[in-house]
Amino acid sequence: MLRFFASRLLQSLLALIIIITATFFMLRFVPGGPFTTEKAVTPEILRNLEAHYGLDQPLWKQYLDYLGSLARGDFGPSFKYPNRTVNEILADKLPVSLELGVLSLLVALLIGLPLGILAAVRRNTWVDYVASSFGMVGISIPTFVVGPLLVLALAIHLGWFNASGWYSPIDRMLPCLVLGIAYAAPISRLTRGGMLEVLSQDFIRTARAKGASELRVVMRHSLKGGLLPVVSFLGPAIAGILTGSFVIETIFQIPGIGREFVNSAFNRDYTLVLGTVILYAVLIMALNLAADVVQAWMNPKVRLEA
Amino acid sequence: MSASVTSPVASPAAAPEEGSSLWHDAWLRLRKNRLAVFGAATLIIVALACFVGPFFSPYGYEEQNLDLGAAGPSAAHWLGSDTLGRDLLVRLLYGGRVSLGVGLAATFVALTIGVVYGAIAGYSGGKRDAVMMRAVDIMYSLPFTIFVILLMVFFGRNIILLFVAIGAVEWLTMARIVRGQVMAVKRMEFIEAARSLGFGRRRIIFRHILPNILGPIIVYTTLTIPGVMLLEAFLSFLGLGVQPPMSSWGVLIKDGAEKMEEFPWLLIFPGTVFSLTLFSLNFLGDGLRDALDVRASKD
Repeated sequence: MLRFFASRLLQSLLALIIIITATFFMLRFVPGGPFTTEKAVTPEILRNLEAHYGLDQPLWKQYLDYLGSLARGDFGPSFKYPNRTVNEILADKLPVSLELGVLSLLVALLIGLPLGILAAVRRNTWVDYVASSFGMVGISIPTFVVGPLLVLALAIHLGWFNASGWYSPIDRMLPCLVLGIAYAAPISRLTRGGMLEVLSQDFIRTARAKGASELRVVMRHSLKGGLLPVVSFLGPAIAGILTGSFVIETIFQIPGIGREFVNSAFNRDYTLVLGTVILYAVLIMALNLAADVVQAWMNPKVRLEA
Repeated sequence: MSASVTSPVASPAAAPEEGSSLWHDAWLRLRKNRLAVFGAATLIIVALACFVGPFFSPYGYEEQNLDLGAAGPSAAHWLGSDTLGRDLLVRLLYGGRVSLGVGLAATFVALTIGVVYGAIAGYSGGKRDAVMMRAVDIMYSLPFTIFVILLMVFFGRNIILLFVAIGAVEWLTMARIVRGQVMAVKRMEFIEAARSLGFGRRRIIFRHILPNILGPIIVYTTLTIPGVMLLEAFLSFLGLGVQPPMSSWGVLIKDGAEKMEEFPWLLIFPGTVFSLTLFSLNFLGDGLRDALDVRASKD
């Protein structure tokens, strides 16, 4: 288990270095810079600005300097917000996006798991058909269609919610529901598939023959095996929810990190873009790693292959 | 597999009867699946409408009518018009050309990279396979959507780049599936026969192995298209995809969402058509998977 964990950790670190390097150099080679704005800046001011941020140094030195400060946990100053560091901006916006992501994932699991289990246990009944159609609908209608439509119906026409904003707890409901439903759909499909496979196996028949109640058969005997496909989907799902929040944050005007990222890219705010990319990468990889470990714990086959 | 070879019994000189081949069986199974047929029919209708429809419309997709402005559905404008008085139906059809075009082109990119990469890894086996698939594993954990966004912001939003960027994200799954299939097929006797005849690696992969794993490839291609179209619309919704005056379904949905309070039809019609298309593609893909009896390989 330790070996498995170590090899995955090493792999993630390698990926992280690739990401940092690729993003760093890509940013330097794109046309336009942080100080090319509509109003012309005199060459002298431009030189001073570049000297201030160390942009006049040779590229390899900039790269090493950046890695050095990164090792100390310092993302550097923002190019576009004077007097603010990237650390401050990220610390400001991250909690909002994390709250949105965690709540949405909870919604996805709370809807998706029971629906999938019910569909599998009541296979080929109306329960199954309703649950399966929900899965297909949820997969096919994108968040940027569902979101605005729900705002139109529930917020603007019925007035139950605010159309946008992130102030009171009730403002959380609509965005988290929209993002959560999008992932509840694939989760319910995977749960149903996984449970069906387990429920058809011999040891389930044995359990039933020994008089175990249906509830016990599901909870004690099938759940662990049946949820395996869901666990391996959690890694991609979490990445999807994090990036999916770009759209949600735009629709509902939530002051999270997704909107900030798109803006910073438009502004060529190199340090902020890099900081955001690294943050996303670390988050996604840490959560993927966690999902891998849970999967290995649940499924010895995965553990032994590593 | 074809019946004509295995019938030494003198069947009277009748025309070589088409036995029930694998593909024929699959076709029969597919035809029984109502949802899949519905999906296929819807797709044909939508595609035909998008590519032929505009020729029959009295309006151009950029033709403005400022006196009219945004008006709801009427006899002259079946789906209404937008704030510049442009006919929504025509814009929807033109947008569909772009969305479907991007979907097909980017899927083709993903398909090509994925099949070649997966086939080479699977056929080579051993160390090369291990290295190639570990690279895929690592790429899986990269936040690719973020890179696509960066690419689109920095290198102007041109549509060729859009194909390549989306294709580059979506090939990973295809590579995994093709590799798994190739590994299963390459141990079969007819491959050994081909090898003993001295055929080269390229010929064996492309002439002997790939035709035998066409089923899974077709299924996952069908299921990749909606993913690609979704990504295009996602980018367009963020203002990073297709640029005006060109439009795509994603662009129309974005515009509609901005004006939905006063002119809800601008959101409802594009949203419905887009969702319906994705729906149909998913149903068709699922139906094909059942018909061709493809099961996702777990590795």
